[in-house]
Amino acid sequence: MKEMLLLLVGSALVNYFVLVRFLGICPFLGMTRQLDTALGMGLAASLVLVLSAMASWLVYTYILVPLELEYMQIVVFILMIACLVQLLEMVLKKVFPQLYKAMGIYLALITTNCAIMGIALLVVSSGYTFWQTTLFAVGAGLGFTLALAMMAGIREELEFADVPLAAKGTSLALLIAGIMSMGFLGFAGLVPM
Amino acid sequence: MQKHLDDVVRGLFRENPTFRMLIGMCPPLAVTTSAESGLIMGLATTAVLICSSTIISLFKKLIPQQVRIPAYIVIIATFVTMIDLVLAALVPAVHKILGIFVPLIVVNCLILGRAEAFASRMPVSRAITDGLGMGLGFTWALTFIGCIRELLGAGTLFGATVFGDGFVAWRIMQLPPGAFLTMGLIVFTLNLVGNLRARQLQKAARNQMKVVGKEA
Repeated sequence: MKEMLLLLVGSALVNYFVLVRFLGICPFLGMTRQLDTALGMGLAASLVLVLSAMASWLVYTYILVPLELEYMQIVVFILMIACLVQLLEMVLKKVFPQLYKAMGIYLALITTNCAIMGIALLVVSSGYTFWQTTLFAVGAGLGFTLALAMMAGIREELEFADVPLAAKGTSLALLIAGIMSMGFLGFAGLVPM
Repeated sequence: MQKHLDDVVRGLFRENPTFRMLIGMCPPLAVTTSAESGLIMGLATTAVLICSSTIISLFKKLIPQQVRIPAYIVIIATFVTMIDLVLAALVPAVHKILGIFVPLIVVNCLILGRAEAFASRMPVSRAITDGLGMGLGFTWALTFIGCIRELLGAGTLFGATVFGDGFVAWRIMQLPPGAFLTMGLIVFTLNLVGNLRARQLQKAARNQMKVVGKEA
């Protein structure tokens, strides 16, 4: 139980996807002008993160390793993620049309998000079991949503701040991210990794 | 020939993928802890970009419009796998530092972006020069960021000591926050220069108007 908790906290706060590992920077900079969009993107990405981590673990352990095709992992994973996102889109459209309306547009963008591909590569190289993989992905998704929501909250307030013209937009976002990242370094000693 | 030269120069400066267009932002932040890893990551991306642009441009008539994106992705993924294996064999130490960012070249928006916007419409020779320009632009950007972070964070450059013993290394520059701060300040400086130049151009235009007005 304790190990499980450590894994969850570790992936959510310590080995933070956005601010420490630099995965998923594009939505972090591009989709955080408003809190609503940021939350929608975060939740959609979390869902795909968990599904793709589980799927890649299964594909790697039960298909690639027995066939000795480990070197094909990049090609296989990217195709698997593309199919997964398509499938998820269709299922959501049929079963939860409301939810699909809320996060449909973000789903298409997620295929080429490096966080999703990154987690697939991370779980197979880390040697986790299936349940550890799932927990790791849930933690990563939570952390990702948290980062997007915090960033959007700060940027919404900054809309009214009088900053130098040259700092407006991406430059300011990157500087804020740097300061946030310093804060998250404080968690570094929390979990032995 | 002029067009080919233009392709290369455009990628290097005016449409530099990292500093100007701000696409594919993960590697410039993640693998620039030292100048060397930035350089190797840039060259690896360049190799993938040139190879995949060439193939996509060659087969542009054969790839059906509806399935072009999956086809591009498979082509890119193939070359990324090759580069991954080559780097692991040639420079194992750097390959380990770059870690999952070598396989992640496959989702770098720069490569798919150039495939969709340029290579799929242009003849092979121009696809190659465009790939070369964009790739080298990406490479020098990564190396530049790597130089700043290594110089301030460790006092070295490509592993050689630059500052004397009295220098206290700014450890933060090689940690994750340093990447965001460096990149943020570079974008800020570029905006500042761009704004100044725009204002100068405006002033020159206004002066010219005055001169023209007097003569009339």
